[in-house]
Amino acid sequence: MIEEKDIINVDEPELTAGERLYLPQIAGGMRTTLRHMFKKKITVQYPEQKRELRTENYRGVHRLNRDEQGRVACVACFMCQTACPAHCIHIVGAESPWEDREKYPVQFDIDELRCIYCGMCEEACPVDAIELTPEYDLVGRTREEMIFDKEKLLMVFDRTKETKPRKNPKITGYSGTGCADEHTVTERGEAH
Amino acid sequence: MDWLIEQLKDQLVFSVVLSLVVFAAIMTAVAYCIYFERKISAWMQDRVGPNRVGPLGLLQPMADGAKFLLKEDIIPAFVDKPLFVLAPAFALIMGLAGFAILPWGGMVDLDGDGVVDVMCQVADPGVGLLYLLAVGGMAVYGVVVGGWANNNKFAFLAAMRATAQMLSYEIPMALVILLVVMTTGQLGLDDIARSQMGEGNLWHVCHHPVAFFIMLVTLFAETNRTPFDMAEAEQELIGGYHTEYSALKFGLFFLGEYAHMIIGSGFVIVLFLGGWHLPWVSFLQPEATSVWAMLAKMSVFATKIAAFLFLFMWVRWTLPRFRFDQLMRLSWKGLLPVCLMLFAYVTVLLYLGRQTDLMWTLGGNGVLILLVLIVAGTMGVPVSGRQGNLSTLPWEGAVRAR
Repeated sequence: MIEEKDIINVDEPELTAGERLYLPQIAGGMRTTLRHMFKKKITVQYPEQKRELRTENYRGVHRLNRDEQGRVACVACFMCQTACPAHCIHIVGAESPWEDREKYPVQFDIDELRCIYCGMCEEACPVDAIELTPEYDLVGRTREEMIFDKEKLLMVFDRTKETKPRKNPKITGYSGTGCADEHTVTERGEAH
Repeated sequence: MDWLIEQLKDQLVFSVVLSLVVFAAIMTAVAYCIYFERKISAWMQDRVGPNRVGPLGLLQPMADGAKFLLKEDIIPAFVDKPLFVLAPAFALIMGLAGFAILPWGGMVDLDGDGVVDVMCQVADPGVGLLYLLAVGGMAVYGVVVGGWANNNKFAFLAAMRATAQMLSYEIPMALVILLVVMTTGQLGLDDIARSQMGEGNLWHVCHHPVAFFIMLVTLFAETNRTPFDMAEAEQELIGGYHTEYSALKFGLFFLGEYAHMIIGSGFVIVLFLGGWHLPWVSFLQPEATSVWAMLAKMSVFATKIAAFLFLFMWVRWTLPRFRFDQLMRLSWKGLLPVCLMLFAYVTVLLYLGRQTDLMWTLGGNGVLILLVLIVAGTMGVPVSGRQGNLSTLPWEGAVRAR
């Protein structure tokens, strides 16, 4: 309950004679703008100059990581597709030709126009296969072009792996229990 | 060449050629005004401004022009069609009509035989000032007709504001012009310009600094420029009178505004700053009549106009817009009384025959400024008029009570 005594009335400060005349204030303002005319400009000429990103974990274009042998690290578990709030990930899984995992993605599409770059896919991925890169200058001429398929996403990895190495390159397969540390992976891989 | 000069010695032919040249120059200048408006606004905001089209962005006006030409010209179904089409043309034509009587370069002796052949002025009617006032007054019709034809309440509101503003500021402006007319006894623009030159004559700004300042303020209001751009106050009125306009029609309004600025600046320069004259420069005196002197005079005049345009832009990117009641108060309670006092004072000087006596005119101006300072300094109501100084509304009594 607000009491009368709690209310503080704030009045505008009384104007001085100079402020009341308005003209000295105009002169002051004009001086300020004139001074700024000759100041150093802060514009970044974008395509030629690029500002350094202020954060390491900027969430830009996705990439699909490769493991040490250059294969796609994804195990087609559909966790990212399930977690995605924008429903922009579409995966078609198939039986893996490799020993260390059950499945791999035949098709892996991300609609970059639909994506809201929340990073939930990255959070959800049990094998750290999908990651968001700091790349932000994402352009295309058509909507189809902006649906990134597996090859394109792997290409993003190839061009960003130098600047942003894969977080946990040891993890290559998925145990199926949701626990994806190195130990279980190898164990399971051998078991199959 | 000789034949050409022989033809040009006829004032009519010279006027036609001059008007074509001036028209081309003004249209280019207007296009580049928009470029510089953007550049200067950018510089004042620590930005770079347009720099992509051509070197330094200098081809930007061409790109803008092409854009205006090629965009879809929409005429909404609900507008008053004939007036809708007419209004932009009106704005531009009235902006350009004033150029007919600006004195660009005084008398010219084209063939160098010592006899003055033509005036470097498209037309020099004896009532030049009245013509300018009339054209300037007509310029508001572009805004009013546009606002009306839009058939849109915001545009109409803008038109109403523009009308009221024009009416209020036309009066101090006319009074100030009258001061100049009274001191010189001339109405023709070239005569007024020449009355400020030669032995013992000074630019009128020396005699009437206060009048010059008032003229400047009313000029901002007449050309609808910030801080008096009530007619296109985006935050309140969408686009104001050009809300429904697109493509070339919108472009014409734009051109009209800048043309109006140029003509207004030229007007002030002729009245107060000696037109094409600079003191102590021999070829900028009325006696110098060669073709080269004419060109020099024209460029001096153009430079003065450019300086004024910079002032317009400088003010635009510095000052916020006035509230409408402040605008009205400034005119009726501020400028008008000062103008009337000045007017009365100059009348007395005229009676005493002292109207060109620097001591008397400046003394009067000084006393007037002092008076204004005392009144404004002691008066409770500030000139700018804050919201807090408005009388309290009945239901606000509890909050505002101290």
